[in-house]
Amino acid sequence: MALKAVILIGGPQKGTRFRPLSFEVPKPLFPVAGVPMVQHHIEACAKVPGMKEILLVGFYQPHEALSRFLLSAQQEFKIPISPRQPFPATHRCHQMLISPCLAHRYLQEYAALGTGGGIYHFRDQILSGGAEAFFVLNADVCSEFPLQEMLEFWQGHRDAHSFVILGTTANRTQALNYGCIVANADTQEVQHYVEKPSTFVSEIINCGIYLFTPAIFQHIGKVFQRNQQELVLYPYLGEESSNGWQRAEVIRLEQDVFTALAGSGKLYVYKTDGFWSQIKSAGSAIYASRLYLNQYSKSHPERLAQNKPGGPIIRGNVYIHPTASIDSTAVLGPNVSIGEGVTVGAGVRVRESIVLHGASLHDHTCVLNTIVGWDSTIGRWARVEGTPSDPNPNDPYAKIDSETLFRDGRLTPSITILGCSVTIPAEVVILNSIVLPHKELSRSYKNQIIL
Amino acid sequence: MRALILVGGFGTRLRPLTLSRPKPLVEFCNKAVLLHQLEALRQAGVSHVVLAVSYMSETLEAAMREQEQRLGIRISLSHEKEPLGTAGPLALARDLLAEGEEPFFVLNSDVICEFPFAALARFHRQHGGEGSLVVTRVEEPAKYGVVVIEPDTGRICRFVEKPRVFVSNKINAGLYIFSPGILKRIQLRPTSIEKEIFPAMAQEGQLYAMELQGFWMDIGQPKDFLTGMCMYLQALRAQHPEKLHSGPGVVGNVLVDPSAKIGANCVIGPNVTIGAGVVVEDGVRIKRCTVLQGARIRSHSWLESCIVGWSCSVGQWVRMENVTVLGEDVIVNDELYLNGANVLPHKSIAESVPEPRIIM
Repeated sequence: MALKAVILIGGPQKGTRFRPLSFEVPKPLFPVAGVPMVQHHIEACAKVPGMKEILLVGFYQPHEALSRFLLSAQQEFKIPISPRQPFPATHRCHQMLISPCLAHRYLQEYAALGTGGGIYHFRDQILSGGAEAFFVLNADVCSEFPLQEMLEFWQGHRDAHSFVILGTTANRTQALNYGCIVANADTQEVQHYVEKPSTFVSEIINCGIYLFTPAIFQHIGKVFQRNQQELVLYPYLGEESSNGWQRAEVIRLEQDVFTALAGSGKLYVYKTDGFWSQIKSAGSAIYASRLYLNQYSKSHPERLAQNKPGGPIIRGNVYIHPTASIDSTAVLGPNVSIGEGVTVGAGVRVRESIVLHGASLHDHTCVLNTIVGWDSTIGRWARVEGTPSDPNPNDPYAKIDSETLFRDGRLTPSITILGCSVTIPAEVVILNSIVLPHKELSRSYKNQIIL
Repeated sequence: MRALILVGGFGTRLRPLTLSRPKPLVEFCNKAVLLHQLEALRQAGVSHVVLAVSYMSETLEAAMREQEQRLGIRISLSHEKEPLGTAGPLALARDLLAEGEEPFFVLNSDVICEFPFAALARFHRQHGGEGSLVVTRVEEPAKYGVVVIEPDTGRICRFVEKPRVFVSNKINAGLYIFSPGILKRIQLRPTSIEKEIFPAMAQEGQLYAMELQGFWMDIGQPKDFLTGMCMYLQALRAQHPEKLHSGPGVVGNVLVDPSAKIGANCVIGPNVTIGAGVVVEDGVRIKRCTVLQGARIRSHSWLESCIVGWSCSVGQWVRMENVTVLGEDVIVNDELYLNGANVLPHKSIAESVPEPRIIM
């Protein structure tokens, strides 16, 4: 069976909740459990037999960190990259082979085309080589990726032109934040789909991972034509710019396609109990890290640090990059990721945190619920601490909250984030604060954004 | 000579420490407050001290029995059934005080300074008035009793308790010497010496003031307790520097009991007092703190401006600051942050206290 996968990576206007981390690196490349967010998707797709090619679709400019990722991933997997430009100058593609049979490519949208518009625009690329079905995955989710199970579920149907949405269970309150799916209990056919309803519809939510057949493009095409007709009839409606044809091509899978397909007998939901979370904010990156680090004990045990004589004390699941230098009296974990070239001094405590590459933690520091930015420094005895935004551990279906930054005029206590190249002096406390890149602090801060 | 120490009430402002012990028995710079005073009185020739008490008198009595022998001083307790204020206790102890027919000292138990008892006695005999009190200069006089003095004679013209407008920056330091005649003025009922007795004496020209040299502090509340500690240690540096601690990782004025243990890679000071049997583990940073007897500070913690009570256990990687006070036998779990926490005795703290509050 010939399969492909498309990973939707969005673009710079999206993911503002991930600032200031997203100033340095596109969100899909942010390291979660030690590897770029989107690499977990790639690894999961590569495991499915029959997978021929993985395409990344988004609207980041290639001269940004994306090229660096493709380049460094090339170095890690020792693959050559040869840029290709089969299309006019507005499109650029980079080709990367991860193995003789699995190709990767980045297809850049010329503008934000929505979750449906991007794949529609590149439908020829996606279907080239005779793909019988293809997965579409949103980059900003963290998941067990039960792709093989979705495939088997789809193959069990009589209808070879049906589509599958991966769904999971949320609690009644939080389900309203997602796409809600009502399905037939026996057949799992989707009877009703609403994106972010204001009243309760269903606890089954859309995970942002789909399995499509080429027939999907006919349905998306209908939406496109309808958009075009509306623009012809009402050319001056809407507050957008005069670039009318651009609007017609903005197609959202959820609102425009799934809502219409519900009840048509074409759309099915495959429900999973495996772990799943959106990654919208920095707090959710730490939560997602924990989920992936837990998974490593089965999928990549070599990525988990072990207690060794002469090494630091490891508690729970911890990822340490091989080039990091950790004092033997440091205590790390649970849920800690230490990046490339990081130095951790004597008697340092790190828990529930991500330390990005090049950072330096001096002796006796205490880092809790924090993301320490690239090349930052934390002075001796400093305490850098955030507040976790984890879902309620007593509710198996609770999801991480997308908290607003401010509530009642005050900053909501959340993960502390140090942007890149931030310097924290010795002996201070930084609590529930966000420090923008290249700041050199001189005192303690609490519950503040430091520009 | 005789002296009366007004121990009095519950010491509520120095809670949670005073929930475990009467205030005079709280160690200030590794010695009970009361002992600082008794030793100074003994040196000035006092042979009999009366403690006017109303709270935890049994504890105090037991502790004093021990000290009597050691100091060679007779200690009596005058037990107030009801609070008698700052003058009433003199009436209660009238018999004991008037016995010798010579002047007697009276002092507040909260006061720490370079006690000038001998000089005060000389000053008092010289002017022949009925009473002399010690005054000290402060920056914020409105919190205290303020004194206006005739410059040549040292006679007090006016006495204003906690004035609303600026009157003078010399305040009543809480150390007095009186001739026995004063006892005629005081009845056995709740009376304030500052508000009722002194103003009358001042008007009659019977009250004189001697200015204190050196530091002074009312250590009745934690914030001032710590400030007083800094002043005391500074005076110690000037007069008995050999009593202060020195060595690697010691910064500024640090007092450490010989039985305390300090680990490797610590930085202690400036202005730190470490009590008997205290254990400070490796990699600890302490500044401007008092750590009372038997406490343990575990590794990599950071403490500034705190009072750690007797037998407390502070976990690893704990940060405590901003006049955090731990009562007796408090356990603080690892990796917490306490900012201005006031923790009552025998509590276990399992969550950070990011903003000042009381933990009951």
